[in-house]
Amino acid sequence: MPVRVQTDDFDVAAEIAALTAGRADAGAIVTFSGIVRGEAGGKPITSMTLEHYPGMTEGELERIEAEAHKRWPLQGSCIVHRVGRLLPGDNIVLVVTVSAHRQAAFDAASFLMDFLKTDAPFWKKEETADGERAWVDARDSDTDARDRWEPPAGS
Amino acid sequence: MITSRRPSGTPLNAKNWPNKSMTTEAGHSVKLKYFAWVREKVGLAEEDILLPASLETVADVIAWQRGRGPEFAEAFASGKRVVRAAVDRMHAKPEASIVSAREIAFFPPVTGG
Repeated sequence: MPVRVQTDDFDVAAEIAALTAGRADAGAIVTFSGIVRGEAGGKPITSMTLEHYPGMTEGELERIEAEAHKRWPLQGSCIVHRVGRLLPGDNIVLVVTVSAHRQAAFDAASFLMDFLKTDAPFWKKEETADGERAWVDARDSDTDARDRWEPPAGS
Repeated sequence: MITSRRPSGTPLNAKNWPNKSMTTEAGHSVKLKYFAWVREKVGLAEEDILLPASLETVADVIAWQRGRGPEFAEAFASGKRVVRAAVDRMHAKPEASIVSAREIAFFPPVTGG
């Protein structure tokens, strides 16, 4: 169940291959890739810089991933999140879930992204063509998406 | 969002973890960390500091921060742009205790993914 925070890009096919190598029981693989959009609020952006809280980030991602494994019969999963300066079209985040059947894989991937969005300590700063740089505001819709799931035990 | 959902006893896996929490009559020695616009406003990424022993909760520390100068008053101003906190690398509510904290972090609501 690897969790990684890195500046380098990731390769979706390689991550799938690593999770499914030697397994005959994996019937369903879901991947979610988050990509840097080229605009924010109607204005084109030239770059996005991601900051995170080393130590806490990995802990939060591991906790979220472990919670998904408690809820669904997953045979594997991974979360890769990039940090540093990224350009429009670049990969930001990858979630892969592997299960015997599709519903568990789809649901677990949604769950991982919904909790990552509200709980993992990452912050985005966008730069527009006129050189203006602004921190991205958190969205209430992300909290709503997280709150449609039953809260983890002990929360 | 500010809840501690990691099961207690989960090992902390990071480097540079402060190895002790010292509380004396003089105060409580901790590492404070700042991220994103909170970091930019206070002008610091982290600091080792002696908190007054009278501070017991996250809310107490935030109130105390406001009195440390204009940058801190601005960063920790109550209003629309709310500062969140983590105690020992777990999300913490304003009422969470900091009396045995080794590391307290302040940051905006998160925006990853």
